[in-house]
Amino acid sequence: MAKEQVEFELVSPEKLLFSQSVDMVVVPGEDGDFGVLPRHAPMISTVRPGVIAIYSGKEVSERIFVAGGFAEVTGERCTVLAEIALRVGEIDKAAVKQQLQDAKEDLSDAKDDAARDAARKQIGLSEAMLNAAG
Amino acid sequence: MPNLNDLKLRISSVKSTQKITSAMKMVAAAKLRRAQEQAEASRPYAERMERMLGSLAASAGKQPGASPLLVGTGKDDVHLLIVAAADRGLCGGFNSNIVKEARNKANALIRAGKTVKIFCVGRKSRDQLRRSFRENIVGTLEDVAKPSLGFDKASTVADRVLAMFKAGEFDVCTVFYAKFKSVISQVPTAQQLIPFEAEGAAEAPALSEGGIYEYEPSDEKILSDLLPRNIAVQIFKAMLENNASEHGARMSAMDNATRNAGEMIDRLSIQYNRTRQANITNELIEIISAKEAL
Repeated sequence: MAKEQVEFELVSPEKLLFSQSVDMVVVPGEDGDFGVLPRHAPMISTVRPGVIAIYSGKEVSERIFVAGGFAEVTGERCTVLAEIALRVGEIDKAAVKQQLQDAKEDLSDAKDDAARDAARKQIGLSEAMLNAAG
Repeated sequence: MPNLNDLKLRISSVKSTQKITSAMKMVAAAKLRRAQEQAEASRPYAERMERMLGSLAASAGKQPGASPLLVGTGKDDVHLLIVAAADRGLCGGFNSNIVKEARNKANALIRAGKTVKIFCVGRKSRDQLRRSFRENIVGTLEDVAKPSLGFDKASTVADRVLAMFKAGEFDVCTVFYAKFKSVISQVPTAQQLIPFEAEGAAEAPALSEGGIYEYEPSDEKILSDLLPRNIAVQIFKAMLENNASEHGARMSAMDNATRNAGEMIDRLSIQYNRTRQANITNELIEIISAKEAL
């Protein structure tokens, strides 16, 4: 019997993006990153925009950016529900920078709270994306 | 006696109609396959969302001060009906069935003294409902599947619905769509969105997983994030099912139309041949009788 692994699933509303047994995943939780190893205590957490790191052995085998969502962890499974998910290598830095720029302009042009909130959210998202891309 | 030329024209026009309907059938079949794949691909997300919500609702729903999205506003005076139909017709009874279901419900509610508001998704639902419920329609979304049916479309609807709910414009929200059973059978369905009704919530999911969940940051916080998201997901699910149903309905409608056109062509051809034969016989009779008269 091979050593224990976690079933990691990443699901978006449109499709199942990733489903694989891995040694460990690190998920950016609302209150800080948490690593999931086999036999983790069951828990549900919200996910902030950030990078999910998938480990095989001690190496990071894959890094996926998610724009927030939810994570459900049980002893043998870790499921992340995300609306937007991208491999870190696929992030288009120039496009994101443009988005950030646009969002900042939106923020200064915003007339009501709703528009300001939307712009702030977009700024946070774009900054997290840029951080992820390095 | 019908003119030979007229018959010929009719045959050729029915033939070209048949070509169109059979092409539409093939297009619908191709689209149906894609729509089905899309609907299947979205299922894991909706399922897991439901599982999480089920366990959360079981633990947090009993507490006082739980989100009104979960337990309702305590009234049911104003109902919002989201009627999801197609943008285009020529798909048999598909649109009418959904609209009929919604109309029955709306009439029943009005008779019971409730206020009804209607949100139309898809051009056909608006067109059909506008006749009898013009003043009840509060919003519409058109071009649902153009260029493609994405989650963002569902989010748009969900955002508007949530904004209306926050503003206290309705108490109960129900979505109408056609559940895809098979190519020949689509069931018009009404699903209640607000307050949240867990499907099969009886089978406590948390227990079957072998443990009660910990919540981070807190169950109320997660629930208040998850519930609005769930609305969007449920609407998206309804739209996907609807999309598959629409193409299924159109496929069988066009199949029928093609077959009917074929029958019509057969009948017209027989009539054409008979008429031609009758003409020839007539001519012969004329020639023969003319000769005998000499």
